[in-house]
Amino acid sequence: MIINHPLLGPRDAAEFVVLGDACLIDRPDGMNAASEEMHDYAYVRDNPAGEHRELWYHEQGDRSWLVVTRSTLTHDVIKVELARDVARARGRSR
Amino acid sequence: MTQAMRIDGGMVDRSRTLSFSWNGRWMTGYHGDTLASALLANGERLVGRSFKYHRPRGIFASGSEEPNALVQLREGAAQEPNTRATTIELFEGLNAASQNHRGPLAFDLMAANDLLSPFLSAGFYYKTFMWPKAFWERLYEPLIRASAGLGRLPMQPDPDVYDHGFLHCDLLVIGAGPTGLSAALAAARSGLRVILADEDFVPGGRLNAETHEVDEQSGADWAAAVTAELAASDNARLMTRTTVYGAFDHGIYGALERRTDHLADAGGKPRQVLWRIYTRRALLSAGATERSMAFGNNDRPGVMLAGAVRTYVNRFGVAPGRKVAVFTNNDDGLRTAEDLGEKGIEVAAVIDARKGDFVMDTIGRSGIRAVRLGDGRRVEADCLAVSGGWSPNVHLTCHHRGRPVWDADVVGFVPGGELPSGMSVAGAANGTMTLAAAIREGHGAAVGIAGDLGAERSPGTPAKAADESFAAAPFWQVAGLRKRAWVDLQNDVTTKDVRQSHQEGFRSVEHLKRYTTLGMATDQGRTANVLGLALMADAAGKSIEETGTTIFRPPYTPVAIGAFAGRARGKHFRPHRLTPSHKWAEENGADFVEAGMWLRAQWFKRPGEKGWRDSVDREASRVRKSVGICDVTTLGKIDIQGRDAAEFLNRVYANAFLKLPVGKVRYGLMLREDGICYDDGTTARLSESHFVMTTTTANAVLVFRNLEFARQCLWPDLDVHLISTTDGWAQFAVAGPKSRALLSKVVDDLDLSNDAFPFMACAECSVFGGTPARLFRISFSGELAYEIAVPARYGDSMMRALMKAGEEFDAVPYGTEALGVLRIEKGHVAGNEITGQTTARMLGLRGMVSRSKDAIGLKLSERDAMNEDDGMRLAGFRPVDRSVILTAGAHFLNPGDSADMAHDQGWMTSVAYSPELGMSVGLGFLKRGTDRIGETIRAYSPVRDQDVIVEVCSPHHVDPDGVRQRG
Amino acid sequence: MRYSALRILKEGLTGNRGWEPVWREPEPRPEYDIVIIGGGGHGLSTAYYLAKEFGERNVAVLEKGWLGSGNVGRNTTIIRSNYLLEGNQPFYEFSLKLWEGLEQDFNYNAMVSQRGILNLCHSDPQRDAFVRRANAMRLSGADAMVLGPDEIRKMCPYLDHENARFPITGALWQPRGGTVRHDAVAWGYARGADKRGVDIIQNCEVTGFDIKNGRCLGVETAKGPIKARKVAMCAAGSSSRVAAFASMRLPIESHVLQAFVSEGLKPVLPGVITFGAGHFYVSQSDKGGLVFGGDIDGYNSYAQRGNLPVVEDVCEGGMAIMPMIGRARLLRMWGGVMDMSMDGSPFIDKTHVEGLYLNAGWCYGGFKATPASGYCYAHLLATDQPHETARFFRLDRFRQGAMIDEKGVGAQPNLH
Repeated sequence: MIINHPLLGPRDAAEFVVLGDACLIDRPDGMNAASEEMHDYAYVRDNPAGEHRELWYHEQGDRSWLVVTRSTLTHDVIKVELARDVARARGRSR
Repeated sequence: MTQAMRIDGGMVDRSRTLSFSWNGRWMTGYHGDTLASALLANGERLVGRSFKYHRPRGIFASGSEEPNALVQLREGAAQEPNTRATTIELFEGLNAASQNHRGPLAFDLMAANDLLSPFLSAGFYYKTFMWPKAFWERLYEPLIRASAGLGRLPMQPDPDVYDHGFLHCDLLVIGAGPTGLSAALAAARSGLRVILADEDFVPGGRLNAETHEVDEQSGADWAAAVTAELAASDNARLMTRTTVYGAFDHGIYGALERRTDHLADAGGKPRQVLWRIYTRRALLSAGATERSMAFGNNDRPGVMLAGAVRTYVNRFGVAPGRKVAVFTNNDDGLRTAEDLGEKGIEVAAVIDARKGDFVMDTIGRSGIRAVRLGDGRRVEADCLAVSGGWSPNVHLTCHHRGRPVWDADVVGFVPGGELPSGMSVAGAANGTMTLAAAIREGHGAAVGIAGDLGAERSPGTPAKAADESFAAAPFWQVAGLRKRAWVDLQNDVTTKDVRQSHQEGFRSVEHLKRYTTLGMATDQGRTANVLGLALMADAAGKSIEETGTTIFRPPYTPVAIGAFAGRARGKHFRPHRLTPSHKWAEENGADFVEAGMWLRAQWFKRPGEKGWRDSVDREASRVRKSVGICDVTTLGKIDIQGRDAAEFLNRVYANAFLKLPVGKVRYGLMLREDGICYDDGTTARLSESHFVMTTTTANAVLVFRNLEFARQCLWPDLDVHLISTTDGWAQFAVAGPKSRALLSKVVDDLDLSNDAFPFMACAECSVFGGTPARLFRISFSGELAYEIAVPARYGDSMMRALMKAGEEFDAVPYGTEALGVLRIEKGHVAGNEITGQTTARMLGLRGMVSRSKDAIGLKLSERDAMNEDDGMRLAGFRPVDRSVILTAGAHFLNPGDSADMAHDQGWMTSVAYSPELGMSVGLGFLKRGTDRIGETIRAYSPVRDQDVIVEVCSPHHVDPDGVRQRG
Repeated sequence: MRYSALRILKEGLTGNRGWEPVWREPEPRPEYDIVIIGGGGHGLSTAYYLAKEFGERNVAVLEKGWLGSGNVGRNTTIIRSNYLLEGNQPFYEFSLKLWEGLEQDFNYNAMVSQRGILNLCHSDPQRDAFVRRANAMRLSGADAMVLGPDEIRKMCPYLDHENARFPITGALWQPRGGTVRHDAVAWGYARGADKRGVDIIQNCEVTGFDIKNGRCLGVETAKGPIKARKVAMCAAGSSSRVAAFASMRLPIESHVLQAFVSEGLKPVLPGVITFGAGHFYVSQSDKGGLVFGGDIDGYNSYAQRGNLPVVEDVCEGGMAIMPMIGRARLLRMWGGVMDMSMDGSPFIDKTHVEGLYLNAGWCYGGFKATPASGYCYAHLLATDQPHETARFFRLDRFRQGAMIDEKGVGAQPNLH
């Protein structure tokens, strides 16, 4: 597979490490979250057959975390974003 | 007589005679021959035995689709089983032998199986060999395995080298037949970067095997001219002997190039290169494969695909027989008779199924002598050329699970479903079965792609050729068949097996394949599948369209496992990482051990020491009595800087870090988000905004990855930056009561007194008069100890200088084993305890987990099952009989309990012989362990034949109050 | 029709014309006591044991494609019970015991072949962990030994003992481990279930559930609605897709695991061998093919195919440990879709919807579990009580913090 890195252009997927669903960005605050909320965050996944937003890490590269939107049926990559931008857009800051 | 069947013409070089050995007999052929054509030239008809019935078999095809002529090539470690004689280029001294027979090829003892064939029908083995139960492994299976398989593994390491390579192109053209040549030429002229790959050693495909004309010259000459133009083009790369074996995601294709397989001696060059080709577009022009029809004894040597007959006659100048009968259901088959006539070979009969004629049976055991026709006539012939039609080579279109569709005009499956993105198909592979149309289609496809990709030069015009007639009528099996008729030659699947499969309910095409093994042989059923599906459709009373097809999987043709592995084998399987003191350690008797990618010294043998225990005991004792030095560079080091660095650490460690003073080090416990202990280490604060974290060796990469995740994804606006400096700094533990004295000689201008530089202090400093360094007063051994770091380039010198400075204290280097002894004596946990299944509470570290701040893992560490009061707790263990050596991995049982899982009380994680205490000591997890100090329990290790009584004690076997490290 | 050598003799003498269909091809009835979603190994074995052991014969198995088209037909055929943890070991040992009597039980030769499984290790901590695991296995009544380098050399002289990057320091050896002819398992269970009255309905995709007031009343299918007292999901690989019809989200990701087979070779490998310093395991089938595999590709996928980096990684492991296979050719590669769960262990449990049950999360280890999974699921479906050996496979174990994490890698499915 090829990941079109937003900063570095197309790179072979072998340079990356995959973590999983990009919902892992949405970490609840451990002091305030209900147990159920933290459980769902850590353990429950949509696991869609189709478009999937997922976290890839450019370990053999610039160490960017990316959010890759990819089809789990065809493996086609639809979009690649810097995870930091996605995180900010989802309201994460400090 | 040599080469009795050689005739005029062809593309072999008669000036270069080559000798080769077949089953121990020497024969000759010519340069340009394949082993198959050379065998045929020498009149060898019987070349192998079938898998199940050990039927005599001859050469059936002329390319990689060959099901019969599989041979064991070469000798010794270079032996190559199951090699298709039809794809081996002849070289001087080639040595090949037939496979899968007991006794000589002509008198195979296993041929008795053929007589038993009524009892060996499809799936017979699922229905018997069940009683008595114990007989399967002892009798039945050994018998089955004795007759399993075809060729033999050499049983010695593969002596050859394989390389991996990467290529990029605009257009990959797969197959250099008329379509591919036409396409590649147009693409190259347009200015595209084009790669043309073909499995053959001469480009041209069927053009070399037929007598067609292209652009008013012979097809072979046209192919050679196009090849020459491509070879001269800067933007084209022609790859012969290269099989594109698979289509992978995002336009990546796998290809195998055979670099030296055609040479007697590789001369040290790589045998094969596995290419990964990154393409913008790909054009599949892989042609089509001919298939047979089902008639009695259609598997005998001498029965050959008609197209292969033409290949041998036209390309290789070899007559597959002296009297050839032709059996066909299409016009293409008729061309065979014409070509044979041209060459002066007698055509015994042309049997056209479309006229209602057919072959009922063949006669002749180890090679046909005659054929019996449907009307009872006997025709003398020593070769039967069969054409049951052509199946487009759609294989690569299936690699993303696209399913081909039936085309009634082509009488074959053509590409269907979703093709791999970026792939187009042209020519016979696409069902375009005639020459001129294929050339035009290849050209047109390339022009279209060139337009899509913005190429600007002129592609030229397509070559001119005549469209030969192509009229095929479906014909699968002869009527009134009484003899066995083969569908899959290699796996011995007959028409009866297909019928029985249907009768027993295995009616889906996948069930048919799996139950009868149709298409599961080394040729993936390339000449067999369509016939099998047609017969299944017939049995079910359905159309082929309704019956459907199985799909082909990569690779297109089998690829050597060695080629996939490339150079990653032996010592080069994975990289080595060497510590800065490696050279010094080598010079000083070190024995090395794998620690992840690292090689670390595990002990340093001194003269007179008999075993590793002598060395390790000495090293550990010297550390406790004087001072020792250990290279700990392998521990992960992460440099953390920024205004929010402390806040960041406070969130990734379970314990508090906000208030760590500058100049101090703190032990940190890191949890995973699921609350399980992940890693531990020390983090030093060098300034308000600058920290240095250490991780365990094993987790160095993973912790860094997780920290980057937290930094970029969880808290993107914290002002914090990370860099891994594991390789940047050489770090040494200097441990033991004399460590301060030693370091005082080394460190410039730093007061090392206990007051000025107490336990858990750190400082940036210099050594030996100005070399930058960092000093940490931390202790893994429990002794007064330091770790000192210098830039990695000084690591070797530093080790030497430390040892020199330590001479007066009789300082020793110590390795990982002594390190382990010291930490077990001290009760410090390591990888054997922090297994990824361990909670802070199990380690006795629950108090460290701060409840007053959020950190990774805090919330989920509070779940009930992870906090049970009677759970596992870390404890120490000593044998009641002090002479006993404990074993790690022993399970604990209460005395008197039976030895079963229900009474399991825990397990021993780490053991070491303690020279300090003069006995074996251990660490382990025991249910309620902290409450049971002083009890005695069993340490039970049946796999080590050990069952001993141990005393539960504090995990801190040595200096439990920590006086020494603070001293 | 009972299978035996005598029957083969009789049929052989009469032209093999008397063989009967192995299963019927029934149309679905409007209502069943129990409907099982998924005609793979686990679904078929569940049906078999429901009928045979629990007297539940009014059962249908609904299969989207052809029976056995799931992972039972796409695996590397290994059976073993070399597990460490209390939550797993007794279950897999139960499964191994069922394998041992399976063929006689269902009168079908699935070629259960106990030629042993050898897990190599390459460091002292790995060896310590093997000793702990082998002792745990012995405590559970399984067979296990820890071998030293010399014993391994004797057993497998062709391994790379000399020139290896990661020298072999020992091995966990389970003599009762081995392989089974995978398709035959599906066929044997299907035949046994069919004979006992179970309707196996192929080409019948489930498209939804009929759930009213928190109770599952049946399923919607490509062949119309079917009512059922109990509905049993059993579609590992696609569990999340099926559960989504009931608005359930699962602690599962779907991943692709590739597997490979070489051309047929004269048998030389005794049993199963796994490499402990790379991702590679191998056995040799009764047809002579080397059957091998390694790690999952690592990204979520339902595509039943993988990519080159893992192919190369697996072959590198193979060449590192047994360099004599270099000239053997890889004949076919394929991918199966795995339910990768959050701790690497499966689920056999009720759901929050009454009458709806779940069997899922088998990761890449479902094949060896086929008999016990079916038996325990049948037990749960028939009695509403978990089977003794499967009582830890609860869907709510992550809420409790009672993970069954053999590898100790936590809630990241692609690491299990």
